[in-house]
Amino acid sequence: MLEATWLIPALPLAGFFMLVLMGRRLGEPLAGWLATAMMGGSFLATLAVFAGLVAEEEADRFFLQTIFTWVPSGSFSVDVGFFADPLSITMCLFITGVGTLIHLYSIGYMHGDKNFSKFFLYLNLFAASMLVLVLGDNLLMTFLGWEGVGACSYFLISFWFDEEANASAGKKAFVTNRIGDFGYMLGMFLIFNAIGSIRYADIITETQAGNLTAGVATAAVLLFMLAAAGKSAQIPLFVWLPDAMAGPTPVSALIHAATMVTSGVYLLTRLNPVLAAADPWATDLIAWVGAITALVAALAALVQTDIKKVLAYSTVSQLGYLFLAVGVGGYVPAIFHMITHAFFKALLFLGSGSVIHGLHDEQDMRRMGGLTKLMPITAGTFIIGWLAIAGVPPFSGFWSKDEILLYAYDANPILWLIGLVTALLTAFYMTRQVILTFFGRIRFFDAHTDEITAAFAGGVTSAAADIETAEADLVKANEAVEKANADVTKRTEALAKATTGLTDATAAVAASDEADDGHAKIVKAFEKAEKAVPKAEGAIEKANAGLVDAEAGVVDAEASLVAARERISVAKAELAKAPSAPTHVTALTEAPDIGDFADAMPASYRERQEYHPHESPWTMTLPLVVLAGLAAVGGGLNLPFTKDLHFLAHWIEPSLFLNEAHPSASASTKVVLAVIAIAVGVVAIAAAFAIYLRGKADPKAIEKPALAAAVAYDHGLARFMGGPGRASFDVAAWFDKTFVDGAVNGVGTVVTSVGRSLRATQTGFARQYALGITLGVAAVGIYLLFKFGIEVSS
Amino acid sequence: MTLPLFAAEAGVESASVPILPALIAVPLFTALVLLLVPKHRVAELKLVALLGSSITAALSIWMLGAFDADDGGLQFVTQREWSADLGLSWFLAVDGISLFLVVLSGILFPIAILATEPHHDHKPYYFWLMLLMTGSMGVFMALDLLLFFLFFEIVLVPMYFLIGGWGHGRRIYAALKFFLYTMAGSALMLVGIVSVAFLSKDATGGLTFDVIRLAEAQALSDTAQTLVFLSFALAFAVKVPLFPLHTWLPDAHTEAPTAGSVILAGVMLKLGTYGYLRFGIYLFPNAAHDLAWIFMTLGVIGIVYGAAVATMQRDLKRLVAYSSVAHLGFIVLGLFVLNTQGIQGAILQMVSHGVSTGALFIMVGWIYERRHTREISALGGLQKSAPVFAAAFTLIMLSSIGLPGLNGFVGEFLILLGAFQGARWWAVVAVSGVILAALYLLWAYQRVFHGPAEGENAEMPELRFSEGLAILPLLFLIVFMGVYPKPILDRMEPAVERLVTHVEANVNGFTEPGPEQFPSEPATAEDLTHTLEEAEERAEAEDHSEENGDHSEDGDHSEEEGDHSEEGEG
Repeated sequence: MLEATWLIPALPLAGFFMLVLMGRRLGEPLAGWLATAMMGGSFLATLAVFAGLVAEEEADRFFLQTIFTWVPSGSFSVDVGFFADPLSITMCLFITGVGTLIHLYSIGYMHGDKNFSKFFLYLNLFAASMLVLVLGDNLLMTFLGWEGVGACSYFLISFWFDEEANASAGKKAFVTNRIGDFGYMLGMFLIFNAIGSIRYADIITETQAGNLTAGVATAAVLLFMLAAAGKSAQIPLFVWLPDAMAGPTPVSALIHAATMVTSGVYLLTRLNPVLAAADPWATDLIAWVGAITALVAALAALVQTDIKKVLAYSTVSQLGYLFLAVGVGGYVPAIFHMITHAFFKALLFLGSGSVIHGLHDEQDMRRMGGLTKLMPITAGTFIIGWLAIAGVPPFSGFWSKDEILLYAYDANPILWLIGLVTALLTAFYMTRQVILTFFGRIRFFDAHTDEITAAFAGGVTSAAADIETAEADLVKANEAVEKANADVTKRTEALAKATTGLTDATAAVAASDEADDGHAKIVKAFEKAEKAVPKAEGAIEKANAGLVDAEAGVVDAEASLVAARERISVAKAELAKAPSAPTHVTALTEAPDIGDFADAMPASYRERQEYHPHESPWTMTLPLVVLAGLAAVGGGLNLPFTKDLHFLAHWIEPSLFLNEAHPSASASTKVVLAVIAIAVGVVAIAAAFAIYLRGKADPKAIEKPALAAAVAYDHGLARFMGGPGRASFDVAAWFDKTFVDGAVNGVGTVVTSVGRSLRATQTGFARQYALGITLGVAAVGIYLLFKFGIEVSS
Repeated sequence: MTLPLFAAEAGVESASVPILPALIAVPLFTALVLLLVPKHRVAELKLVALLGSSITAALSIWMLGAFDADDGGLQFVTQREWSADLGLSWFLAVDGISLFLVVLSGILFPIAILATEPHHDHKPYYFWLMLLMTGSMGVFMALDLLLFFLFFEIVLVPMYFLIGGWGHGRRIYAALKFFLYTMAGSALMLVGIVSVAFLSKDATGGLTFDVIRLAEAQALSDTAQTLVFLSFALAFAVKVPLFPLHTWLPDAHTEAPTAGSVILAGVMLKLGTYGYLRFGIYLFPNAAHDLAWIFMTLGVIGIVYGAAVATMQRDLKRLVAYSSVAHLGFIVLGLFVLNTQGIQGAILQMVSHGVSTGALFIMVGWIYERRHTREISALGGLQKSAPVFAAAFTLIMLSSIGLPGLNGFVGEFLILLGAFQGARWWAVVAVSGVILAALYLLWAYQRVFHGPAEGENAEMPELRFSEGLAILPLLFLIVFMGVYPKPILDRMEPAVERLVTHVEANVNGFTEPGPEQFPSEPATAEDLTHTLEEAEERAEAEDHSEENGDHSEDGDHSEEEGDHSEEGEG
């Protein structure tokens, strides 16, 4: 059974090669099933080896398997070989187990991605590298896996590479890890220099035999600590992990939560004899780095709004716990918490992935809420994960975290206090996350700030257009009034003229009575004048009526102008109010008011109204359910009540060579510590409920002060890299061009000018020199041929 | 192979077939055949060149198979007196040090010919390339100083014409700079060669340029040795190139046609590092040992400086060129540590660098052919339109970064491991180069292949079948040498150990730097069990001595230990 060890990494590696050769042809979903099957096979192989080890006597649970010699050079030689012992097989069990579930989950999650098979190709390669890291029988094999997982992490973070941010995040992860590798390589050289071998078996036996001086061991521990700080995202090298969330969510779950990031802690645990041989301050440093990282990252997690970023900072924080545990000699609690963390954090990440998947790629928790109804399985399993990480008994996280706190208390109460505060913050930010995501009002359909801004801006535009029309109307109305007035004047004039004509005509009639002659003529004129009068009077009436109409029109136009202006001011006022209103978490209770602009909302808003948030397919929910089960009962691996329940401790013990610490706290102290931890967790959860669900306090009051030191550090680093860091490279390039090359060109100029003065030709003498050499060589060659030809023939 | 000239010296082992002269003759013959092909028969010209270089490659691989891995001495020796009065001899041989450099040259030429086209003047192009191959082969086999010098100079000429005739941009400037620079260095070396031969005349019993006899004689006084060594070292420093003599390299590499860049990086830079090993350290172990710190320091400066300058390059090809400065810095560091790991790592790194950087230059050349630019800022998102191309580039890039499992790592690792034993602080600085390599290559990759693809970048043609065929052998070597370098290292080791022994024998008070101690036997699973049981016994003994101590804390333990000791006894 133990002989199957090599199969554990070989199966996913075979999967990788198969997918390289025919992944595209297999396509979706076959490529995913192939990769998942390979992982499943690897899990079965691990089980077989596990059974093989269990069958051995406790002290005989070491198995070394050499495949071939990898790098032989003089006194140095390293094999491609595997080392199966309780520690490495425990790691393999959860790596392949959780790994298989995440592979299965990815089949659903990556549905429809055009690089579907490529994703699984990377995933299988990652798993193979991770297993080589864990199973390698020497530091160089572990380094092979170490760099392999780093490269796969790089590929997978920048999987959707056409976004610059994703590509940058991938590069950042790789380069930051390389800083850690600096420590790893030097540590490896130092060990070889001191012991003459980098095989774990040799390191362990020699160190246990006292053949490693404390000074060398201390230096080695510090160097490996730097390496571990890179991979396990500890201060000061943690900045890459939050950015790594740019990768697809299953990647975050597998690589950036459950497996790769724990490899630093694994390395330190594997080297426990070296840690034991080192000066105590070196291991103390590990504990302090871990404790401070745990606290800082928990503070940062408090203010995140991206569902995955919360989990990312949370992971950094939990890894800090693991560092803390290793630093105080609590290897068993470290491994214990590593396992439970793999369960519940993978669960939380996959749950968040399910949420993101079901909500049309939405990652902002402010736009979630109320998902218990829409995604019951995701919500139920996520809640179990939350209870586990928040340290609520009897869920798994409680037991493992409590163990770490106990060891920390035994080493230094201040470390315990930091751990406890971290636990409080953890319970708080996780409750916040659960409330924002699953409880309260469904905010998914709410208008987004940018949409409202867009809509309001649209309203303002249309109001402005109204104003313009109104103003145009007003001008038109005024014109009409003027025209009507002019008409009235004209008609009045005409009337006056007609009246005058009538009077004149009447007078003329009277006069004509006396003069018969012109009478008939005058009567005619009179009759004409008489007819003109009513016509003129009618015209006047009409003109007056027109005038009234026109004046009314003016009034109307003025009124509509006023109305339009009012609309503009209303719209502007609302717009000013808009951006601040729906963004803050206090708006969780009410939907932002979009007023009269519902029709003006952009297409994204309308599309969302028609989108149906849905539960994920079974390939995704099944892993959630299994992981939830594990997260719930995982604490059973190592229950504190009686010695017989220390299953994990008994199992791991042979790999630790009695280098682990044994807390001296009495049973009553242990109980008190546990009660304090529970109380702190309950208080934090209650507080988060009061603030985020009941609205008893303004979250701003908490979130502002917690303003992530981590974020500030990250920005500072970015500024350094973009500023002085980059400038120093620029200076090097400039120096090279100006001075080093400049000097050469200076000499060159002198030489050429001398050459020119010596020679009449302008063609440059190098070409002729070159030809000269060719001819000379040819001559020598001929001479040579000649000479040897003669010699042999004679 | 019946030419009398190439008949092997009778009685010399494994020389029944004059394979080494053939490796020189075939490309030379091909060059002459090319002269007979009409210049407009472009396809035929390429075919002839490809055939000639492929036969040479096949012969070199055959030689690799026939090479006796356990023999650290010279093999396939061809030695003929040439001019007894002048002490000249036609002395060709390979050992574990030069073997792989010969094979590398053999492999790179047909690939370079297959991968690229000259676009104009095909006939002289292939002629110069085959002449270059002739010289490259000879220079790694020649063990007569003057013969070596002859080949050393011969390779300059075709390279000069290749850069000047088929290069880009400022090709004339670059070719001239390359030529003058190296000529200046080698002129000094010629003085050194003549000096060492004449100064050793009495000890060797007559004027000779035979490297083996000169090295065995060790006839030079300390001062003379230092001066002569420096004259060699300067010539090689230009070739490597070592900081601050490196500035011909970015120009020559960037302006050269792709095939020229491949050969420059793959073969010609190795003339310097190979020279240090064969003619510097071997001939003048004392001087090399005394002055090693200078070369290690310059090597380490090259690592950091080359990487820093590479980071800020705007031209992709120039970036690759500067990365060579960093890689060659590693090699020089490894050589001058003077231990087996350092030197083996350095030789392996010479081969690895030839493979990966050669492949990188080919890929960059293809990008240039497709996009007509090498400006990093003008490229972007190429992975979208050419994913297979990008995948091949990624593999080569990771090899250049030194990812374990790929070829670049093994050499780099052995160099650093060796350096740490003998020159700890140099190694510490050198390891930081590992970080920088990731920085400049990944950053360049991100800007060229990631991000959105716009304009012409969106229509970048995918890797063609013929191109895939050309690059595939290199990709295979990248993986093979990373996963299973043992056959290569095994063949080097006897020769390298012989060299180290030679240095130990001739330098007073020098022993090969190595670990402080070794485990007597590699520990087994039983040893681990034993160690565990011992630890438990120790703990038990302590428990007994503190019998009245606190039981609650370790009760669990003593129980366990009891079990184990029983098992141990039973």
